[in-house]
Amino acid sequence: MKDELIMSPTGRINEFKIIINKKVFPLKNESKEGKNLIFKNLEFTIKKGQFLSLFGPSGCGKTTLLNIISGLDKDYDGYIQPWSKTSQKVNKQDISRKYSFSNISYMFQNPRLFPWLTTIENIKYPIKKQRNADKVANNLLKKVGLEKYKNQYPNRLSGGMQRRVAMARAFAPNPNILLLDEPFISLDKKISNSLRKLLIKLWKKNKPIIIFVTHDLDEAIELADRIFFLSSLPSKILLDYKINLGRPRNRNNKGFLSLKRLLSSATKNKY
Amino acid sequence: MNTLLNNGLFRRLVSIILLIFLWGIVSKIIGDKIILPSPSDVAESIRYHASEDLFEHIYITLLRVFTAFFLAMVIGSAIGIAMGRKKKLDDYFDGWLILALNVPALVTIILCFIWFGLNEVAAVLAVAINKIPTVTVILREGTKAIDERLVQVGKLYNKSRFEIIKDIIVPQLFPYFISAARSGLALIWKIVLVVELLGRSNGVGFKINEFFSMFDTTSILAYTLVFVLIIMSIEWLLVKPTEKKLTEWRL
Repeated sequence: MKDELIMSPTGRINEFKIIINKKVFPLKNESKEGKNLIFKNLEFTIKKGQFLSLFGPSGCGKTTLLNIISGLDKDYDGYIQPWSKTSQKVNKQDISRKYSFSNISYMFQNPRLFPWLTTIENIKYPIKKQRNADKVANNLLKKVGLEKYKNQYPNRLSGGMQRRVAMARAFAPNPNILLLDEPFISLDKKISNSLRKLLIKLWKKNKPIIIFVTHDLDEAIELADRIFFLSSLPSKILLDYKINLGRPRNRNNKGFLSLKRLLSSATKNKY
Repeated sequence: MNTLLNNGLFRRLVSIILLIFLWGIVSKIIGDKIILPSPSDVAESIRYHASEDLFEHIYITLLRVFTAFFLAMVIGSAIGIAMGRKKKLDDYFDGWLILALNVPALVTIILCFIWFGLNEVAAVLAVAINKIPTVTVILREGTKAIDERLVQVGKLYNKSRFEIIKDIIVPQLFPYFISAARSGLALIWKIVLVVELLGRSNGVGFKINEFFSMFDTTSILAYTLVFVLIIMSIEWLLVKPTEKKLTEWRL
Protein backbone atom coordinates (compact mmCIF):
# COMPACT_ATOMS: atom_id res chain seq x y z
CA MET A 1 0.00 0.00 0.00
CA LYS A 2 2.78 2.40 0.93
CA ASP A 3 4.89 1.98 -2.19
CA GLU A 4 3.58 5.06 -3.96
CA LEU A 5 5.42 8.32 -3.87
CA ILE A 6 3.93 11.19 -2.00
CA MET A 7 4.29 14.60 -3.59
CA SER A 8 6.16 17.09 -1.50
CA PRO A 9 3.39 19.15 0.10
CA THR A 10 5.17 22.43 -0.52
CA GLY A 11 5.31 22.21 -4.30
CA ARG A 12 2.23 23.56 -6.03
CA ILE A 13 1.39 21.50 -9.06
CA ASN A 14 1.68 23.34 -12.35
CA GLU A 15 0.27 20.57 -14.47
CA PHE A 16 -0.13 16.86 -14.46
CA LYS A 17 -0.42 14.18 -17.05
CA ILE A 18 -2.46 11.06 -16.70
CA ILE A 19 -1.74 7.95 -18.70
CA ILE A 20 -3.97 4.93 -18.38
CA ASN A 21 -2.91 2.04 -20.56
CA LYS A 22 -5.66 -0.24 -19.39
CA LYS A 23 -8.38 -0.32 -16.77
CA VAL A 24 -10.86 -3.16 -16.48
CA PHE A 25 -13.77 -3.93 -14.20
CA PRO A 26 -12.85 -6.82 -11.96
CA LEU A 27 -15.44 -9.22 -13.36
CA LYS A 28 -15.70 -12.70 -11.94
CA ASN A 29 -16.98 -14.16 -15.20
CA GLU A 30 -13.90 -14.80 -17.36
CA SER A 31 -15.91 -15.43 -20.52
CA LYS A 32 -16.99 -11.80 -20.61
CA GLU A 33 -13.39 -10.71 -21.28
CA GLY A 34 -13.32 -7.61 -23.41
CA LYS A 35 -16.73 -6.37 -22.35
CA ASN A 36 -15.40 -5.11 -19.05
CA LEU A 37 -12.80 -2.76 -20.51
CA ILE A 38 -13.28 0.78 -19.17
CA PHE A 39 -10.25 2.63 -20.48
CA LYS A 40 -7.66 1.79 -23.10
CA ASN A 41 -4.78 4.15 -23.93
CA LEU A 42 -6.36 7.18 -22.33
CA GLU A 43 -3.94 10.08 -21.99
CA PHE A 44 -4.33 13.77 -21.22
CA THR A 45 -2.65 16.72 -19.50
CA ILE A 46 -4.24 19.28 -17.22
CA LYS A 47 -2.72 22.66 -16.49
CA LYS A 48 -2.72 24.79 -13.37
CA GLY A 49 -5.87 26.82 -12.74
CA GLN A 50 -7.95 24.84 -15.18
CA PHE A 51 -11.56 23.99 -14.57
CA LEU A 52 -12.11 20.78 -16.50
CA SER A 53 -15.46 19.17 -16.97
CA LEU A 54 -15.90 15.50 -17.80
CA PHE A 55 -19.10 15.08 -19.76
CA GLY A 56 -20.50 11.77 -20.92
CA PRO A 57 -23.28 9.21 -20.64
CA SER A 58 -23.76 7.45 -17.33
CA GLY A 59 -21.60 4.38 -16.88
CA CYS A 60 -18.81 5.69 -19.09
CA GLY A 61 -16.21 5.54 -16.35
CA LYS A 62 -16.23 9.16 -15.18
CA THR A 63 -16.30 8.24 -11.50
CA THR A 64 -13.67 5.54 -12.10
CA LEU A 65 -11.40 8.17 -13.61
CA LEU A 66 -11.79 10.41 -10.56
CA ASN A 67 -11.07 7.48 -8.24
CA ILE A 68 -7.88 6.75 -10.18
CA ILE A 69 -6.71 10.37 -10.02
CA SER A 70 -7.53 10.59 -6.32
CA GLY A 71 -5.47 7.49 -5.59
CA LEU A 72 -8.43 5.62 -4.11
CA ASP A 73 -8.35 3.20 -7.04
CA LYS A 74 -4.86 1.87 -7.71
CA ASP A 75 -5.91 -1.16 -9.69
CA TYR A 76 -5.05 -0.02 -13.21
CA ASP A 77 -2.18 -0.14 -15.66
CA GLY A 78 -0.75 3.34 -16.07
CA TYR A 79 0.52 6.28 -14.09
CA ILE A 80 -0.02 9.88 -13.14
CA GLN A 81 2.86 12.26 -13.69
CA PRO A 82 2.84 15.49 -11.75
CA TRP A 83 5.23 18.35 -12.19
CA SER A 84 5.70 20.79 -9.44
CA LYS A 85 7.61 24.04 -9.45
CA THR A 86 10.47 22.44 -7.58
CA SER A 87 10.96 19.43 -9.81
CA GLN A 88 10.44 19.80 -13.51
CA LYS A 89 11.93 16.45 -14.36
CA VAL A 90 10.57 13.14 -13.27
CA ASN A 91 12.99 10.25 -13.56
CA LYS A 92 12.13 6.86 -14.95
CA GLN A 93 12.04 5.12 -11.64
CA ASP A 94 9.42 7.54 -10.38
CA ILE A 95 7.26 7.13 -13.45
CA SER A 96 6.93 3.42 -12.91
CA ARG A 97 5.30 4.11 -9.57
CA LYS A 98 1.86 5.44 -8.84
CA TYR A 99 1.74 8.92 -7.48
CA SER A 100 -0.76 9.92 -4.97
CA PHE A 101 -1.13 13.62 -4.54
CA SER A 102 -0.64 14.82 -1.04
CA ASN A 103 -2.98 17.72 -1.49
CA ILE A 104 -5.97 16.48 -3.35
CA SER A 105 -9.59 16.87 -2.36
CA TYR A 106 -12.76 15.21 -3.49
CA MET A 107 -16.42 16.15 -3.28
CA PHE A 108 -18.41 12.99 -3.80
CA GLN A 109 -21.83 12.50 -5.34
CA ASN A 110 -23.18 11.69 -1.92
CA PRO A 111 -21.98 14.33 0.60
CA ARG A 112 -20.25 11.59 2.71
CA LEU A 113 -20.27 13.70 5.85
CA PHE A 114 -19.50 11.96 9.13
CA PRO A 115 -22.88 11.81 10.87
CA TRP A 116 -21.31 11.77 14.34
CA LEU A 117 -19.40 15.00 13.77
CA THR A 118 -20.94 18.47 13.82
CA THR A 119 -20.85 20.78 10.81
CA ILE A 120 -17.69 22.54 11.94
CA GLU A 121 -15.96 19.28 12.94
CA ASN A 122 -16.73 17.84 9.51
CA ILE A 123 -15.22 20.84 7.74
CA LYS A 124 -12.15 20.65 9.97
CA TYR A 125 -11.60 16.92 9.43
CA PRO A 126 -9.07 17.03 6.55
CA ILE A 127 -6.88 19.60 8.33
CA LYS A 128 -7.45 18.56 11.94
CA LYS A 129 -3.76 18.48 12.77
CA GLN A 130 -2.95 21.91 11.35
CA ARG A 131 -2.56 24.72 13.82
CA ASN A 132 -4.85 27.10 11.95
CA ALA A 133 -7.56 24.47 11.44
CA ASP A 134 -10.16 26.33 13.53
CA LYS A 135 -9.61 29.58 11.72
CA VAL A 136 -9.75 28.01 8.25
CA ALA A 137 -12.86 25.99 9.08
CA ASN A 138 -14.71 28.94 10.60
CA ASN A 139 -13.83 31.07 7.63
CA LEU A 140 -15.20 28.46 5.20
CA LEU A 141 -18.29 28.00 7.34
CA LYS A 142 -18.97 31.71 6.95
CA LYS A 143 -18.38 31.60 3.20
CA VAL A 144 -20.89 28.80 2.68
CA GLY A 145 -23.35 30.68 4.89
CA LEU A 146 -23.90 28.07 7.58
CA GLU A 147 -22.68 29.87 10.71
CA LYS A 148 -26.01 29.26 12.39
CA TYR A 149 -25.58 25.52 11.94
CA LYS A 150 -22.03 25.32 13.25
CA ASN A 151 -22.80 22.77 15.96
CA GLN A 152 -25.58 20.85 14.21
CA TYR A 153 -25.22 17.25 13.13
CA PRO A 154 -25.52 16.56 9.36
CA ASN A 155 -28.69 14.50 9.80
CA ARG A 156 -30.48 17.66 10.85
CA LEU A 157 -29.44 19.62 7.76
CA SER A 158 -31.25 19.72 4.42
CA GLY A 159 -29.73 18.11 1.31
CA GLY A 160 -28.57 21.48 -0.01
CA MET A 161 -26.94 22.43 3.29
CA GLN A 162 -25.17 19.08 3.46
CA ARG A 163 -23.64 19.78 0.05
CA ARG A 164 -22.47 23.16 1.33
CA VAL A 165 -20.73 21.48 4.25
CA ALA A 166 -19.20 18.91 1.90
CA MET A 167 -17.96 21.72 -0.35
CA ALA A 168 -16.44 23.59 2.59
CA ARG A 169 -14.70 20.38 3.69
CA ALA A 170 -13.37 19.84 0.16
CA PHE A 171 -11.84 23.33 0.12
CA ALA A 172 -10.49 23.12 3.69
CA PRO A 173 -7.07 21.64 2.81
CA ASN A 174 -6.57 24.36 0.13
CA PRO A 175 -6.15 21.62 -2.47
CA ASN A 176 -3.98 21.60 -5.56
CA ILE A 177 -6.50 19.41 -7.27
CA LEU A 178 -10.19 19.21 -6.51
CA LEU A 179 -12.35 16.42 -7.89
CA LEU A 180 -16.13 16.77 -7.99
CA ASP A 181 -18.40 13.88 -8.92
CA GLU A 182 -21.82 15.20 -9.96
CA PRO A 183 -22.01 17.03 -6.65
CA PHE A 184 -25.26 18.90 -7.35
CA ILE A 185 -27.33 16.01 -8.58
CA SER A 186 -30.90 15.50 -7.32
CA LEU A 187 -31.30 18.99 -5.91
CA ASP A 188 -33.89 21.49 -7.07
CA LYS A 189 -32.81 24.05 -9.69
CA LYS A 190 -32.65 27.03 -7.39
CA ILE A 191 -30.42 25.27 -4.87
CA SER A 192 -28.09 23.69 -7.43
CA ASN A 193 -27.79 27.09 -9.08
CA SER A 194 -26.68 28.78 -5.88
CA LEU A 195 -24.27 25.92 -5.16
CA ARG A 196 -22.65 26.35 -8.59
CA LYS A 197 -22.18 30.07 -7.88
CA LEU A 198 -20.65 29.21 -4.51
CA LEU A 199 -18.27 26.73 -6.13
CA ILE A 200 -17.00 29.35 -8.57
CA LYS A 201 -16.60 31.84 -5.72
CA LEU A 202 -14.51 29.43 -3.64
CA TRP A 203 -12.53 28.23 -6.65
CA LYS A 204 -11.54 31.74 -7.71
CA LYS A 205 -9.53 32.36 -4.55
CA ASN A 206 -6.65 29.92 -5.18
CA LYS A 207 -7.79 28.37 -8.47
CA PRO A 208 -6.97 24.71 -7.88
CA ILE A 209 -7.20 22.34 -10.82
CA ILE A 210 -10.80 21.19 -10.87
CA ILE A 211 -12.12 18.06 -12.51
CA PHE A 212 -15.88 18.18 -12.48
CA VAL A 213 -17.97 15.20 -13.58
CA THR A 214 -21.41 15.88 -14.95
CA HIS A 215 -23.95 14.58 -17.41
CA ASP A 216 -25.64 17.96 -17.75
CA LEU A 217 -24.25 19.93 -20.71
CA ASP A 218 -25.61 23.24 -19.38
CA GLU A 219 -23.75 22.71 -16.13
CA ALA A 220 -20.53 21.82 -17.96
CA ILE A 221 -20.69 24.95 -20.15
CA GLU A 222 -21.60 27.20 -17.26
CA LEU A 223 -18.66 26.10 -15.10
CA ALA A 224 -15.76 24.81 -17.14
CA ASP A 225 -12.81 26.22 -19.05
CA ARG A 226 -12.47 22.97 -20.88
CA ILE A 227 -14.80 20.04 -21.53
CA PHE A 228 -13.91 16.45 -22.31
CA PHE A 229 -16.70 14.62 -24.09
CA LEU A 230 -16.29 10.96 -23.17
CA SER A 231 -17.69 8.06 -25.20
CA SER A 232 -19.39 4.99 -23.86
CA LEU A 233 -17.20 1.99 -22.92
CA PRO A 234 -14.38 1.54 -23.52
CA SER A 235 -14.21 5.23 -22.82
CA LYS A 236 -12.32 7.60 -25.13
CA ILE A 237 -12.14 11.38 -25.33
CA LEU A 238 -14.37 12.22 -28.29
CA LEU A 239 -13.81 15.95 -28.09
CA ASP A 240 -11.55 18.18 -26.02
CA TYR A 241 -13.17 21.64 -26.17
CA LYS A 242 -11.89 24.92 -24.73
CA ILE A 243 -14.56 27.36 -23.66
CA ASN A 244 -13.90 31.04 -24.13
CA LEU A 245 -16.99 32.56 -22.54
CA GLY A 246 -16.46 35.25 -19.92
CA ARG A 247 -17.61 34.78 -16.34
CA PRO A 248 -20.14 34.92 -14.77
CA ARG A 249 -22.03 32.97 -17.39
CA ASN A 250 -25.71 33.27 -18.00
CA ARG A 251 -27.54 30.30 -19.42
CA ASN A 252 -29.86 32.54 -21.46
CA ASN A 253 -27.04 34.50 -23.02
CA LYS A 254 -26.74 34.26 -26.83
CA GLY A 255 -23.15 33.04 -26.80
CA PHE A 256 -24.03 30.39 -24.25
CA LEU A 257 -26.97 29.11 -26.26
CA SER A 258 -25.16 28.98 -29.59
CA LEU A 259 -22.22 27.18 -27.99
CA LYS A 260 -24.60 24.69 -26.48
CA ARG A 261 -26.21 24.10 -29.87
CA LEU A 262 -22.81 23.67 -31.50
CA LEU A 263 -21.56 21.21 -28.90
CA SER A 264 -24.68 19.09 -28.79
CA SER A 265 -24.82 18.80 -32.58
CA ALA A 266 -21.09 18.02 -32.78
CA THR A 267 -21.44 15.14 -30.36
CA LYS A 268 -25.01 14.08 -31.20
CA ASN A 269 -24.17 11.08 -33.39
CA LYS A 270 -21.55 9.81 -31.00
CA TYR A 271 -23.89 8.98 -28.14
CA MET B 1 -54.52 16.49 39.14
CA ASN B 2 -54.99 16.26 35.39
CA THR B 3 -51.61 17.79 34.69
CA LEU B 4 -50.03 15.34 37.14
CA LEU B 5 -51.58 12.39 35.29
CA ASN B 6 -50.15 13.69 32.03
CA ASN B 7 -46.67 13.42 33.45
CA GLY B 8 -44.97 10.21 32.27
CA LEU B 9 -42.83 9.91 35.38
CA PHE B 10 -45.88 10.30 37.63
CA ARG B 11 -47.73 7.55 35.77
CA ARG B 12 -44.78 5.22 36.18
CA LEU B 13 -44.71 5.95 39.92
CA VAL B 14 -48.45 5.25 40.21
CA SER B 15 -47.92 1.98 38.39
CA ILE B 16 -45.23 0.84 40.84
CA ILE B 17 -47.33 1.80 43.89
CA LEU B 18 -50.25 -0.09 42.36
CA LEU B 19 -48.09 -3.20 41.94
CA ILE B 20 -46.98 -3.13 45.59
CA PHE B 21 -50.57 -2.56 46.65
CA LEU B 22 -51.81 -5.55 44.58
CA TRP B 23 -48.97 -7.69 45.95
CA GLY B 24 -50.09 -6.77 49.49
CA ILE B 25 -53.71 -7.72 48.80
CA VAL B 26 -52.80 -11.07 47.18
CA SER B 27 -50.45 -11.98 50.02
CA LYS B 28 -53.18 -11.11 52.54
CA ILE B 29 -55.69 -13.38 50.73
CA ILE B 30 -53.15 -16.26 50.58
CA GLY B 31 -52.07 -15.67 54.14
CA ASP B 32 -49.00 -17.93 53.91
CA LYS B 33 -45.48 -16.46 54.20
CA ILE B 34 -43.90 -19.44 52.42
CA ILE B 35 -45.96 -18.90 49.29
CA LEU B 36 -46.09 -15.11 49.19
CA PRO B 37 -44.85 -12.85 52.01
CA SER B 38 -46.30 -9.34 52.23
CA PRO B 39 -44.35 -6.24 51.07
CA SER B 40 -43.78 -5.21 54.67
CA ASP B 41 -42.33 -8.64 55.51
CA VAL B 42 -39.90 -8.30 52.61
CA ALA B 43 -39.00 -4.74 53.60
CA GLU B 44 -38.32 -5.92 57.14
CA SER B 45 -36.21 -8.79 55.75
CA ILE B 46 -34.18 -6.39 53.58
CA ARG B 47 -33.46 -4.29 56.67
CA TYR B 48 -32.36 -7.39 58.57
CA HIS B 49 -30.14 -8.81 55.78
CA ALA B 50 -28.65 -5.40 55.08
CA SER B 51 -27.36 -5.34 58.65
CA GLU B 52 -25.95 -8.84 58.12
CA ASP B 53 -24.08 -9.92 54.95
CA LEU B 54 -26.45 -8.87 52.09
CA PHE B 55 -24.08 -6.32 50.53
CA GLU B 56 -21.07 -8.58 50.89
CA HIS B 57 -22.76 -11.21 48.73
CA ILE B 58 -24.07 -8.66 46.27
CA TYR B 59 -20.58 -7.20 45.96
CA ILE B 60 -19.12 -10.63 45.16
CA THR B 61 -21.84 -11.31 42.59
CA LEU B 62 -21.38 -7.91 40.95
CA LEU B 63 -17.64 -8.53 40.74
CA ARG B 64 -18.30 -11.78 38.87
CA VAL B 65 -20.86 -10.07 36.63
CA PHE B 66 -18.43 -7.35 35.60
CA THR B 67 -15.43 -9.62 35.11
CA ALA B 68 -17.45 -11.96 32.90
CA PHE B 69 -19.04 -9.00 31.12
CA PHE B 70 -15.68 -7.40 30.39
CA LEU B 71 -14.19 -10.67 29.14
CA ALA B 72 -17.18 -11.40 26.93
CA MET B 73 -17.22 -7.89 25.44
CA VAL B 74 -13.50 -7.85 24.63
CA ILE B 75 -13.27 -11.38 23.24
CA GLY B 76 -16.66 -11.30 21.51
CA SER B 77 -15.96 -7.92 19.87
CA ALA B 78 -12.54 -8.99 18.63
CA ILE B 79 -13.92 -12.16 17.04
CA GLY B 80 -16.98 -10.35 15.67
CA ILE B 81 -14.96 -7.54 14.06
CA ALA B 82 -12.52 -10.06 12.56
CA MET B 83 -15.37 -12.13 11.13
CA GLY B 84 -17.07 -9.02 9.78
CA ARG B 85 -13.92 -7.83 8.05
CA LYS B 86 -12.67 -11.14 6.61
CA LYS B 87 -15.14 -13.15 4.57
CA LYS B 88 -12.95 -16.26 4.75
CA LEU B 89 -13.00 -16.26 8.55
CA ASP B 90 -16.75 -15.79 8.48
CA ASP B 91 -17.20 -18.76 6.15
CA TYR B 92 -15.00 -21.01 8.30
CA PHE B 93 -16.39 -20.12 11.70
CA ASP B 94 -20.02 -19.25 11.08
CA GLY B 95 -20.98 -22.88 11.80
CA TRP B 96 -19.06 -22.84 15.08
CA LEU B 97 -20.81 -19.66 16.06
CA ILE B 98 -24.27 -21.08 15.44
CA LEU B 99 -23.33 -24.15 17.46
CA ALA B 100 -22.04 -21.98 20.33
CA LEU B 101 -25.20 -19.85 20.28
CA ASN B 102 -27.33 -22.95 20.77
CA VAL B 103 -25.45 -24.63 23.63
CA PRO B 104 -27.61 -24.19 26.75
CA ALA B 105 -26.06 -22.03 29.47
CA LEU B 106 -26.43 -24.82 32.00
CA VAL B 107 -24.33 -27.20 29.88
CA THR B 108 -21.46 -24.70 29.55
CA ILE B 109 -21.53 -24.07 33.30
CA ILE B 110 -21.41 -27.75 34.23
CA LEU B 111 -18.72 -28.52 31.66
CA CYS B 112 -16.56 -25.65 32.94
CA PHE B 113 -16.87 -26.93 36.52
CA ILE B 114 -15.96 -30.45 35.37
CA TRP B 115 -12.98 -29.28 33.28
CA PHE B 116 -11.56 -26.56 35.51
CA GLY B 117 -12.84 -27.53 38.94
CA LEU B 118 -15.22 -25.74 41.31
CA ASN B 119 -13.30 -22.50 41.36
CA GLU B 120 -13.61 -18.81 40.57
CA VAL B 121 -11.92 -19.06 37.16
CA ALA B 122 -14.32 -21.76 36.00
CA ALA B 123 -17.30 -19.76 37.26
CA VAL B 124 -16.38 -16.51 35.49
CA LEU B 125 -15.27 -18.35 32.36
CA ALA B 126 -18.54 -20.25 32.16
CA VAL B 127 -20.51 -17.00 32.23
CA ALA B 128 -18.28 -15.28 29.69
CA ILE B 129 -18.45 -18.22 27.28
CA ASN B 130 -22.23 -18.02 27.38
CA LYS B 131 -22.19 -14.40 26.35
CA ILE B 132 -19.33 -14.32 23.80
CA PRO B 133 -21.33 -15.72 20.83
CA THR B 134 -24.07 -13.09 21.07
CA VAL B 135 -21.51 -10.26 21.30
CA THR B 136 -19.73 -11.78 18.30
CA VAL B 137 -22.91 -11.87 16.23
CA ILE B 138 -23.84 -8.26 17.03
CA LEU B 139 -20.37 -6.89 16.29
CA ARG B 140 -20.07 -8.98 13.13
CA GLU B 141 -23.24 -7.41 11.78
CA GLY B 142 -22.00 -3.97 12.84
CA THR B 143 -18.70 -4.47 11.07
CA LYS B 144 -20.44 -5.62 7.91
CA ALA B 145 -22.55 -2.46 8.02
CA ILE B 146 -19.51 -0.14 8.10
CA ASP B 147 -19.82 2.44 5.34
CA GLU B 148 -16.71 2.00 3.17
CA ARG B 149 -17.46 5.30 1.48
CA LEU B 150 -16.70 7.10 4.73
CA VAL B 151 -13.48 5.09 5.15
CA GLN B 152 -12.47 6.35 1.68
CA VAL B 153 -12.78 9.94 2.90
CA GLY B 154 -10.15 9.14 5.55
CA LYS B 155 -7.89 7.48 3.00
CA LEU B 156 -8.23 10.43 0.62
CA TYR B 157 -6.93 12.84 3.26
CA ASN B 158 -3.93 10.58 3.96
CA LYS B 159 -5.07 9.55 7.44
CA SER B 160 -3.15 6.70 9.02
CA ARG B 161 -4.67 3.28 9.58
CA PHE B 162 -4.92 3.97 13.30
CA GLU B 163 -6.64 7.33 12.74
CA ILE B 164 -9.13 5.73 10.37
CA ILE B 165 -9.99 3.04 12.93
CA LYS B 166 -10.28 5.57 15.76
CA ASP B 167 -12.15 8.32 13.90
CA ILE B 168 -14.21 6.45 11.30
CA ILE B 169 -14.61 2.74 12.16
CA VAL B 170 -15.18 2.87 15.93
CA PRO B 171 -17.86 5.62 15.86
CA GLN B 172 -19.82 3.50 13.38
CA LEU B 173 -19.58 0.53 15.75
CA PHE B 174 -20.73 2.40 18.89
CA PRO B 175 -24.43 1.61 18.53
CA TYR B 176 -23.51 -2.07 18.24
CA PHE B 177 -21.24 -1.98 21.30
CA ILE B 178 -24.04 -0.39 23.29
CA SER B 179 -26.58 -2.92 22.10
CA ALA B 180 -24.22 -5.79 22.96
CA ALA B 181 -23.47 -4.28 26.36
CA ARG B 182 -27.12 -3.82 27.24
CA SER B 183 -28.28 -7.30 26.28
CA GLY B 184 -25.07 -8.65 27.83
CA LEU B 185 -25.66 -7.16 31.24
CA ALA B 186 -29.23 -8.43 31.32
CA LEU B 187 -28.19 -11.96 30.39
CA ILE B 188 -25.01 -12.23 32.42
CA TRP B 189 -26.35 -11.41 35.87
CA LYS B 190 -28.98 -14.12 35.49
CA ILE B 191 -26.40 -16.72 34.48
CA VAL B 192 -24.07 -15.68 37.31
CA LEU B 193 -26.77 -16.60 39.83
CA VAL B 194 -27.06 -20.09 38.33
CA VAL B 195 -23.27 -20.52 38.44
CA GLU B 196 -23.23 -19.48 42.09
CA LEU B 197 -26.06 -21.82 42.90
CA LEU B 198 -24.25 -24.76 41.31
CA GLY B 199 -20.68 -24.32 42.38
CA ARG B 200 -19.83 -21.39 44.62
CA SER B 201 -20.08 -20.84 48.36
CA ASN B 202 -20.87 -17.15 48.27
CA GLY B 203 -22.79 -14.63 46.18
CA VAL B 204 -26.48 -13.95 45.66
CA GLY B 205 -27.09 -17.26 43.86
CA PHE B 206 -25.53 -19.21 46.74
CA LYS B 207 -27.68 -17.36 49.29
CA ILE B 208 -30.85 -17.94 47.32
CA ASN B 209 -30.10 -21.66 47.24
CA GLU B 210 -29.58 -21.57 51.02
CA PHE B 211 -32.92 -19.82 51.58
CA PHE B 212 -34.58 -22.29 49.22
CA SER B 213 -33.48 -25.19 51.41
CA MET B 214 -35.21 -23.44 54.34
CA PHE B 215 -38.29 -22.39 52.31
CA ASP B 216 -37.46 -18.80 53.32
CA THR B 217 -39.39 -17.06 50.52
CA THR B 218 -39.20 -13.71 52.30
CA SER B 219 -35.38 -13.68 52.20
CA ILE B 220 -35.35 -14.87 48.58
CA LEU B 221 -37.54 -11.93 47.58
CA ALA B 222 -35.50 -9.53 49.71
CA TYR B 223 -32.24 -10.51 48.00
CA THR B 224 -33.81 -10.52 44.54
CA LEU B 225 -35.39 -7.12 44.96
CA VAL B 226 -32.20 -5.42 46.11
CA PHE B 227 -30.12 -7.03 43.38
CA VAL B 228 -32.60 -6.18 40.63
CA LEU B 229 -32.70 -2.58 41.84
CA ILE B 230 -28.91 -2.36 41.65
CA ILE B 231 -28.82 -3.80 38.13
CA MET B 232 -31.58 -1.39 37.07
CA SER B 233 -29.74 1.60 38.45
CA ILE B 234 -26.62 0.56 36.54
CA GLU B 235 -28.74 0.57 33.38
CA TRP B 236 -30.29 3.94 34.25
CA LEU B 237 -27.26 5.73 35.61
CA LEU B 238 -24.50 4.26 33.46
CA VAL B 239 -25.66 2.57 30.24
CA LYS B 240 -28.44 4.96 29.22
CA PRO B 241 -26.52 8.22 29.70
CA THR B 242 -23.49 6.74 27.89
CA GLU B 243 -25.69 5.69 25.02
CA LYS B 244 -27.34 9.09 24.85
CA LYS B 245 -24.00 10.85 24.76
CA LEU B 246 -22.47 8.58 22.15
CA THR B 247 -25.42 8.48 19.78
CA GLU B 248 -26.86 11.99 20.08
CA TRP B 249 -25.98 12.59 16.42
CA ARG B 250 -28.67 10.12 15.35
CA LEU B 251 -32.09 11.57 14.66
